[in-house]
Amino acid sequence: MSLEIEGLRFSYESEGFVLSVPQLKILPGESVALVGPSGSGKTTLLNLVAGILYPERGTISVDGQLISDLGARQRRQHRLCKMGMIFQSFELLEYLDLRDNVLLQARLAPGVKITPALEQQAKDIVAELGLLDKWRRPVTALSQGERQRVAVSRALLLDPPVVLADEPTGNLDPDNKRAVLDHLMALCAGGNRILLTVTHDHSLLPAFDRVVDMSELLAQEVA
Amino acid sequence: MGDLFYLGSRYISHHRAKLLVLIFAITLVSWLPVAIQIIVDQTAEQLLDRAESTPLVIGAPGSPLELSLGSLYFRAKTPARLDYSEVKKVEATGYARAIPLYYRFRAQDYPIVGTSPDYFSYRGLQMASGRPVALLGEAVIGSKVAEVMSLGVGDHIISSPESVFDLAGVYPLKMPVVGVLAASFSPDDEAVFVDVKTTWVIQGLGHGHQDLNRQEAVGQVLKREGDNLVANASVRQFNEITSDNLESFHFHGDNASFPISAIIPNAPDEKSAALLLGQFQEEREDVQIVRSRRVIAQLLDTVFTVRDYIVVGIAVVAIATAIVALLVFYLSLRLRSGERFTLARIGASRLQVQILMATEVVFVLLLSAALAALLITLTRQYGISLMQQLLLA
Repeated sequence: MSLEIEGLRFSYESEGFVLSVPQLKILPGESVALVGPSGSGKTTLLNLVAGILYPERGTISVDGQLISDLGARQRRQHRLCKMGMIFQSFELLEYLDLRDNVLLQARLAPGVKITPALEQQAKDIVAELGLLDKWRRPVTALSQGERQRVAVSRALLLDPPVVLADEPTGNLDPDNKRAVLDHLMALCAGGNRILLTVTHDHSLLPAFDRVVDMSELLAQEVA
Repeated sequence: MGDLFYLGSRYISHHRAKLLVLIFAITLVSWLPVAIQIIVDQTAEQLLDRAESTPLVIGAPGSPLELSLGSLYFRAKTPARLDYSEVKKVEATGYARAIPLYYRFRAQDYPIVGTSPDYFSYRGLQMASGRPVALLGEAVIGSKVAEVMSLGVGDHIISSPESVFDLAGVYPLKMPVVGVLAASFSPDDEAVFVDVKTTWVIQGLGHGHQDLNRQEAVGQVLKREGDNLVANASVRQFNEITSDNLESFHFHGDNASFPISAIIPNAPDEKSAALLLGQFQEEREDVQIVRSRRVIAQLLDTVFTVRDYIVVGIAVVAIATAIVALLVFYLSLRLRSGERFTLARIGASRLQVQILMATEVVFVLLLSAALAALLITLTRQYGISLMQQLLLA
């Protein structure tokens, strides 16, 4: 399952911002880092791929399915079932414990039921990230690194072919940065998933298969 | 939908303290005005019923309200004193039979009402078990007294001393319960009925003691002056009237001057009642005769006015509470804007987000409404007795 972008254009007229991506193709199992200065459109590209924003021109397709052809409802459902989202500030729900945060996306996804098998799957992922002993603990009682691992578990539970991560290590200390990224990459590589990550941290770039510099508008392969 | 309710329930559980305060406040301001309305209406209805069944009451000069409440509810703490001779005077008019009431004493929390057998037929009271009072010292108890004190026929009830420090005061009298009244849902359920003479024994106006004319009592007699004997303190006084010592009980003085609290004139018709009223109002300044319905209606006017003020006050508080609740919900939604954003980004629909956000408001409103409804039901059932105790204590 590949991710392909062709002739993409998106702009915020009032801010004079224009994002243009002539072509970008990401293969299954590939990890790509999006880098560039603030305002270069990294997060905007992530939101376009996720179907949160709608391009003015061009196409985005996941495994041949044109995201840009889908209606708002279908894009939302596509996002719920086919994409895992990870955010800089984790965006966990504080009133839920670890288990319920991991199962959150599954609860919202159409046609997905919380079965014992799915719960076991969640436990397996959490165990892989070393948090199983905190299964019913409130997320407010977890450290920053642990919270981001919970967010990673939530993003991967429904086995999405594409994982979109917006500065996933931005709020973490160096030790946790490395650990979370290693876990994320291992889980994505193991599932043959595409990992598209926005990052400002150049020390992490060698870990990615490819780095795309947004400031150059054209994709440049550096690795 | 079940998953959304589950998530909503987790939110509610996490914020239970805040939501409980809100629920408590909304429940209270929803329930209070209705409760006051119910209690006041029921109280008014019951007070008027009782007053209507007792059109006239005669007592010592003083507060007509105190006299009415005392003779209808036996709740006056220190009832004004009326001579028993007034009973004869009322009957001498030929307009009514006179039912004496003496409700100065208590057995624990319940008034002891000294009266005549006419009282029971006047009120239409039925015996649930046992028989009416026949002898001095016997008691018939109301259904509530029997229930609360777990008493029945064959048990005893003891009058409470007025003051434990007053050595010359009222001594406790142990009285056998010979009957239990069927529930009448009136103040009679919460009273202990005895013959009026028994209340005089409780007061110490009558007593029984060892026979001083016995051969063995010679050492107890200090002085003999004709029929008058002076004895020393070793003479045993009886604190219970039994068939063995009944004969020894006697009263010192003229019964006519003994005290009672009030008289209910039982007139055969309205004309007789009106004539009695006119006669007493014109000729007697040393006693008062009151139309209890009018007195109670005046009391209720005051109660209704107070109720209206209270309801207006609560309405203002209710408006303030509603504004605070709206503010809390608004702030809560503001605080949850990040959560809404997250849910939207991971793919939740607008409807899903709205349902999740609405769970809190719906839960608070539904639970408050349910609690208020429950409290209103309980108020309808039990509020009246609570209010009466507050009003008449």
